[in-house]
Amino acid sequence: MELNNQAELSPYPVESSRQKENMSKKFLVLLKKLLTSKTGVVGLLIVLTVCLMALLAPIIAPYDPNKIDTANMLKPPFWLVNGDLSHILGTDNLGRDILSRLIYGSRISIIVGILSVVVGGLIGVVFGLIAGYYGGIVDSIIMRLVDSFLAIPTTLFCIVFLTVLNPGLFTLIFVIGITNWVMYASLVRSETLSIKEREYVKAAKTIGVSNFNIIFRHILPNVFSSIIVISTLSIAGTIITESSLSFLGLGIQPPAISWGIMLSEGREHLATSWWLSTFPGVAISITVLGIIFLGEWLRDVLDPRSRGTKS
Amino acid sequence: MWKYLAKRLLQIPPVLFIVTIMIFVLVYIAGDPVATMLPADASPEEIAQFRHALGFDQPFYVQFGNYILDLFRGDFGESYQYGTSALGLVLERLPATLELATASMIIAILIAIPLGIISAVKPNTVIDFFATSFSVLGKAIPNFWLGIMLILVFSVTLKVLPVSGTGSYSHIVLPAITLGTAMSAEITRLVRSSMLEILHQDYIRTARSKGLKYSAVVIKHAFKNSLVPVITITFLQAAALVGGSLITEMIFAWPGLGQLIIQAVYAKDLPIIQAAVFVTASMIIFINILTDIMYRVLDPRIKFN
Repeated sequence: MELNNQAELSPYPVESSRQKENMSKKFLVLLKKLLTSKTGVVGLLIVLTVCLMALLAPIIAPYDPNKIDTANMLKPPFWLVNGDLSHILGTDNLGRDILSRLIYGSRISIIVGILSVVVGGLIGVVFGLIAGYYGGIVDSIIMRLVDSFLAIPTTLFCIVFLTVLNPGLFTLIFVIGITNWVMYASLVRSETLSIKEREYVKAAKTIGVSNFNIIFRHILPNVFSSIIVISTLSIAGTIITESSLSFLGLGIQPPAISWGIMLSEGREHLATSWWLSTFPGVAISITVLGIIFLGEWLRDVLDPRSRGTKS
Repeated sequence: MWKYLAKRLLQIPPVLFIVTIMIFVLVYIAGDPVATMLPADASPEEIAQFRHALGFDQPFYVQFGNYILDLFRGDFGESYQYGTSALGLVLERLPATLELATASMIIAILIAIPLGIISAVKPNTVIDFFATSFSVLGKAIPNFWLGIMLILVFSVTLKVLPVSGTGSYSHIVLPAITLGTAMSAEITRLVRSSMLEILHQDYIRTARSKGLKYSAVVIKHAFKNSLVPVITITFLQAAALVGGSLITEMIFAWPGLGQLIIQAVYAKDLPIIQAAVFVTASMIIFINILTDIMYRVLDPRIKFN
């Protein structure tokens, strides 16, 4: 399993090739493989739970997450003295139910996580395909652009742009998405470089298929499984970025609920009420863990050759 | 090699240029800060005068030209908050950030290398499980939350380490652990996988069959050869650290670049932000090129082309 060849020591994405397969057969194989991987199953269960929580928040949340209850401020979780089952995970400084807030908070994580990956993915895939397929000066320009984005750390980039733009859900999705595109661009570019040398692409060119059709009908489908893997894994990163930005007060604005906002509100009561800043962090970690498990399992299944080296 | 070096170095100016354009665009979208800088009761004449003094009444291209000219002189303007050179303020804070980064890297390496080696030598054991869990958790746990939890445990509950600030060696412990664990998670994983790979090579079997002690084979033959990717990733992680330390510095009130940036963000102090982004980007570009070259020097199998 870990017997990779020397070339794969490189930390850069490995170029790989895959054949088109019958879709339904592929799905069955996937399902079978999933059941053999413990972490894959755990990851899938976690991700499904979080998604269900986000979808069904109004039904499953025991309280209105923004309802202020001055009679029940800073109540500890039920297993501690003064805690009881009416607020399982306790309440915050305004008497709001922590569990309900956690359930509603999953919505922001999921929405921002998925949409910013879509934004970054769309931009990155298009640029990657163009750079890899056309090469030359276009490639050089795009790659210098990639280098420039890589030179500014994600968090710094987001913080700086959120300073000048009006904070809010869509700004956040857009800004996090923008920081993401380089990853897709480099991956898709390197795969395109190898795929465009294949016989069938050359054949398509010879019979006069347009560049547009070659790129989107012959190259893109072959890069797709790598894109799926990297997208899944990068949702984990975007969820962490979202929570850090909201923690700093630059992301989602109250009264909207984000795990990051809960953490920053809880931090002020760290000395007296540890549960305020503990549970949201646990929620983020478990969600991210689930996504990483699911993503790594997908990578092992879709791209077995890069096992254990890509991160 | 020199040709490769020259080519890599020639890539720096365009990249830095794009970075400066990005910073400029940012400042341009921000609009002019004059309204926020003057007292609320300033008269329209005063505002106009002030805008003129700062050049905000000029057209786009003039502003951009002036910006580039100032940049060549290393002038990012004066901080709105402190009234002194923004670049000066940024460079003043840099040593504290580098100090924290060095401490975190030392912690990361001290954890990652032994853990990675042991888990590769004894795969599928308890310690291997521990190492693998550690490297996955290190990725899943948000850094800033880890910092808060460390404060909760070591400062609030056990009262053994200071909550935040500077002054003694004990102040650097928690922020360095916070940043170091995240880094070591990635390095542990890489040490493990590259050691596992090397331990299966023929020359390791040869060394073993010669009757060399296993520990000597692991350290002298295997570990030395696994160092190339490990050094590479460590350096790349160091570059990431420059950005990653932002929130950690804020949480621990560590007086570095990160704290300066966050404060500048809250005060909308654009000159500091511009200078900080420029300095950070330059550092990262430098580290990346250094890593790239070192990688090729250390591993002669990779050709310069």
